[in-house]
Amino acid sequence: MTQRRTAEREGRDLFWRILLPVAVLALGLEIWEQTVHIADIPPYVLPAPSLIWQTLIDDRALLFQSLGVTLATTIEGFLLAAFGGISLAILYNQWRFFEYAFYPYAVVLQVTPIVAIAPLLLIYLPQYAAVLVCAWIVAFFPVLANTTLGLNSVDRNLRDLFSLYGASHWQVLRRLKLPSALPYMLGGLRIAGGLSLIGAVVAEIAADSAGAGSGLAYRIAESGYRLNIPRMFAALLLLSVAGIVIFYLLALLNFLALRRWHESALDQER
Amino acid sequence: MINSSKSLVTLRGVTKTFANGTIALGGFDLDVRAGEFLSLLGPSGCGKSTALRIVAGLSEPTQGAVEWPPEAAAISDPGGIGFVFQDPTLMPWASVFDNVMLPLRLTRAGSDRADARIEAALERVGLQDFRSAYPRELSGGMRMRVSIARALVTEPGVLLMDEPFAALDEITRFKLNEDLLRLWQALHMTVVFVTHSVFESVYLSNRVVVMAVRPGRVSSEVAIDAPYPRDANFRTSIEYAALCRRTSEALGKAMAPGGSA
Repeated sequence: MTQRRTAEREGRDLFWRILLPVAVLALGLEIWEQTVHIADIPPYVLPAPSLIWQTLIDDRALLFQSLGVTLATTIEGFLLAAFGGISLAILYNQWRFFEYAFYPYAVVLQVTPIVAIAPLLLIYLPQYAAVLVCAWIVAFFPVLANTTLGLNSVDRNLRDLFSLYGASHWQVLRRLKLPSALPYMLGGLRIAGGLSLIGAVVAEIAADSAGAGSGLAYRIAESGYRLNIPRMFAALLLLSVAGIVIFYLLALLNFLALRRWHESALDQER
Repeated sequence: MINSSKSLVTLRGVTKTFANGTIALGGFDLDVRAGEFLSLLGPSGCGKSTALRIVAGLSEPTQGAVEWPPEAAAISDPGGIGFVFQDPTLMPWASVFDNVMLPLRLTRAGSDRADARIEAALERVGLQDFRSAYPRELSGGMRMRVSIARALVTEPGVLLMDEPFAALDEITRFKLNEDLLRLWQALHMTVVFVTHSVFESVYLSNRVVVMAVRPGRVSSEVAIDAPYPRDANFRTSIEYAALCRRTSEALGKAMAPGGSA
């Protein structure tokens, strides 16, 4: 196949890949809108998409301020999880006994539902710190587990090559183990991005029952109590968009870091 | 080319038993002479790769000894041995240049002249124009050339090669065989080459050591006394055919008694 025809086909493919989901979305929204109008459903039961959009615009100051709060927590939780997960994985990898001593506790943190931990944390920590810790707890385990897997997935021949040239512990870590682990690490980070948002949201909702909060999740809970369903939907929409943006930013990071060498980031055709 | 018969490294009564009880080598004796091109030929499972790893110091013999005479002792230091694996074993995240630089980095040798040495190594294998390419972007044969350049960049006293061309197509393999012989002659090094191909071992070597299985040991030795340089004409010569037949017979004998799997 000639290059031009391939490019043309790829262009057409991309066109459909964008057009089709957009068309599905438009169709779905239109059906929703018409159903609400025809069946005359009151907005506190199900608001029409147009009303949700209007609410989003009217309440933008409040909603976007809340979005800012939630995003700040999410990003801080994510960064701490990334740092903590990667550091812990490296420590585990370098000192077996450290892993023996602490790995079970990492698992305990992972398997205990965050919804159950959050109220407890709110008793002992200031609210802001408690929300952050929740975001961290849910996000750090996938980073830890994936990085550990990556550090242990080093090509055996490359390992031999490093020992043939008398590489130090540090050289093996820096020049062999960390680069080998990078694709796994980035995979863990992609999961962690979404999870830290979930952690922040869960903690905010839990914090609400403790009496304070101003993040998006708090707005959702608060709007629910007030039967302000359009605002609930608007806040939910913002949360979804935030989640999608986080996901694609991390996918972009993944692509930029791996595009020259890793199978996952390469074109099918060479 | 007449080689001195001085030993470079000697294996005496080497046995290797793996943790699972497999006896890879049993009473293996080998004398690698300085400057020679030696092939270890045998069926799979005869421990030829294990023997190579023991020479490289990547594996410890269970019994027996690996002896480097005093004048060759420096070779067993890091950088003195080049090793080429069956796979190119390149770091996929690093460019060709960085891959070839790795041994210099790890041994912290000649950092002042590193660039020049890497360029020289790449030029030897004909890849000077691909220094910034990534392994994924190269063909199998080119990746193997990078692997060879990397093994040569420290100017090792001995080059150990573990079936390096087994996964390549025949055309590429022939080309790399020729290039390898050229490098061996130009650099005056010792090569120990593991293969299961009679034709490859005869084409390349001064001496073919034929190994038998269970346990891995030396069965016989065939001297390949055809003169170098050897080229495509040698491959079609009567002499080559005769040497291949002799080596095949030796291999057949090595495999006969136990009735290999």
